[in-house]
Amino acid sequence: MRAFQILIDGFAISALYALGATGFTLIFGVSGVLNLSHGAIMVAAAVAAWAAASVLGVGTYAGALIGVGVALLAAFATYFAVVKPIQDSRRIPNEEKEIFVLTGTLLWGIMIQELIAYFFTNNAKTVLPIVEGVVDVLGVRTPKNEIFTAIVCCLVIALLWLLVNRTRTGKAVLAASMNPRGVTLLGLELTNIYIVVWGIYGILAGIAGVLLGMFLGVSSYSVGPLTASAFSIVVLGGLGSVSGSLIAAFVVGYLETLTAYLVSPAYRTIPALLLLVFVMYIRPQGLLGRR
Amino acid sequence: MNKALSGALRSVLGAAATGALLAASGPAFAADPIRIGVIAEAQAIAGASIPQAAQLAADEINANGGIDGRKIEIIGYDNHSSSADSVRAFQRAVNEDKVNAVIASYISEVVLALEPWASRLKTPFVTPGAASNEISKSVHADYEKNKYTFHGYLTSAALALSVCDGAKDLLVDRMHMKTAVIMSEDAAWTKPLDVGYEECLPKIGLKVLDHIRFSPDTTDFTPIFNKIEGSKPDVIITGISHVGVQPTVQWKNQQVPIPMFGISSQATNETFGKDSNQAAEGVLYQGVSGPGVAVTPKSVPFAENFKKKFGNYPSYAGYTAYDEVYYIADAVKRAGSTDADKLVDALEKTDWEGTIGRVQFYGKDDPFTHSIKYGKGLITGLMLQWQDGKQSAVWPKDVATVDIKFPSFIKLGN
Repeated sequence: MRAFQILIDGFAISALYALGATGFTLIFGVSGVLNLSHGAIMVAAAVAAWAAASVLGVGTYAGALIGVGVALLAAFATYFAVVKPIQDSRRIPNEEKEIFVLTGTLLWGIMIQELIAYFFTNNAKTVLPIVEGVVDVLGVRTPKNEIFTAIVCCLVIALLWLLVNRTRTGKAVLAASMNPRGVTLLGLELTNIYIVVWGIYGILAGIAGVLLGMFLGVSSYSVGPLTASAFSIVVLGGLGSVSGSLIAAFVVGYLETLTAYLVSPAYRTIPALLLLVFVMYIRPQGLLGRR
Repeated sequence: MNKALSGALRSVLGAAATGALLAASGPAFAADPIRIGVIAEAQAIAGASIPQAAQLAADEINANGGIDGRKIEIIGYDNHSSSADSVRAFQRAVNEDKVNAVIASYISEVVLALEPWASRLKTPFVTPGAASNEISKSVHADYEKNKYTFHGYLTSAALALSVCDGAKDLLVDRMHMKTAVIMSEDAAWTKPLDVGYEECLPKIGLKVLDHIRFSPDTTDFTPIFNKIEGSKPDVIITGISHVGVQPTVQWKNQQVPIPMFGISSQATNETFGKDSNQAAEGVLYQGVSGPGVAVTPKSVPFAENFKKKFGNYPSYAGYTAYDEVYYIADAVKRAGSTDADKLVDALEKTDWEGTIGRVQFYGKDDPFTHSIKYGKGLITGLMLQWQDGKQSAVWPKDVATVDIKFPSFIKLGN
């Protein structure tokens, strides 16, 4: 009974982590950007979905779409207002650009966080679930929304896989992540590929944010922990490796759930962080890292 | 002494001997406003009502001519729920903005950080919403030093009593419940609260089966509810304030079949309904007052005026903050001065019928010195329930407007 409970809860949370981390790792793989405003973009999506559905009363589906739309806009804003100017700058030496992007996106994330707190308070918001009610799964009373979350996450990840491996645009993205210079030699504009990747990222982060808002709820305080969890999942899986991130998301998700059920909810995140430290010692490139 | 000169002199010497000097500062001019600093969590659901309610009280007093011709001026500071920001705001309020008294915060950790500053800067300080027993215990332990701090809300010990009193009538006598699990967040205010619960629940006939304390950072409450369900209690007794929306929404989404009853500070604010998409339906929480509840003749008009002005009914700390501005003003009037020590003496003699009941403070010899008195004819608290998207009183009988009812997923008598 308890084993089933852990299995079901762990799956939903892991799928959500996977979705959140996939976009994050994709951007790193393609453009070398570690986007530390990740958590802020996810929270912005959830809060926008909440505000649209609960305050403006546009309905659950429209609210969710608005949430994803806001994340998409926020992702493009991050790219055009923060990342691109740093990458294009001639006054910042190339070897320092990474650290500038890190700092820039971190500050950008804090700005979004403070704006959310200012306009919507720092209190937790929850997005009205698209499906309500509970069903009995293997003797475990499971909210339908939890199943919905897991299904959407898996579907979106599958779509992403198809996009990357089966379409021309996707193949260009994949190529750019392997050899950016080679892609430009083939006559493809790298900037266009970046825009596509940031667009994909915005949609993924938006869906993950809205689903998280339905499943657990978010507040402006969630910004830091969300960025940190995506970051540690991606580092654990191997920076830039999408499949590594997927595996790592499930490892972290289940480790947290096991701890919460078998030890104490208060220590939920600790074993996963210890595992991260341990992996860094014995395999610094992460589980499936290339470098 | 000329006012400008006195001001200049004060700021020159200020850094060295602010406290001593402020206490001895010259007599105020009749037209000088009475300045009250309000330091609060403007972005948090429970704290947001504090500056709003204080301003409302000041506006009313001023519209009626002020206190002996002096207006009340509220100077607000958003502390972002941070102790460090609060301490800086307190120093600024006293040293630069020259406030005569400070109303601050619903968070015990913040109030405990401010208490020594009230002593150092010799400035009367009242909290509208923190609960830790330590606040008033410190006043008792070193009265001469800490007498500037007043606890304008119930101590955790009194809150536990209030919840138990309500639980006895509602849960034990009426619904024949026998067992409970305590679920509280890990914070300064819940330590004495839990001690109080552990002591009074068995006395009223509720056996405590388990006691779960969780980190205020918790986002996934599934394992907690799961554990609670495992011990099959009749009721969950809550002690939550920093969290509220998330456990309540997950309680509803997971259809946890056990009612929640106790302290849930966020549920006291009307905005909680929207933030939780009405998941609060059926939640029972302790309050000092509430919408439509005539604790005193002042309660309902205040709540209605507040809603008219700010769009929602206030949180519990709104009621207390409103009363505090009034009884600070009353104390200034009785003291005939804003001198800190005279104001403390006058505040100690407070006997003010506010929106939450009759406010008096425990004296020097009581272990909870300067905390508001709990008891019949003074302040007893009440139990409210979220029903049909509204907050309604269910206990005690004389103020109750509705009967308890639960959403369909609650299974009574498990």
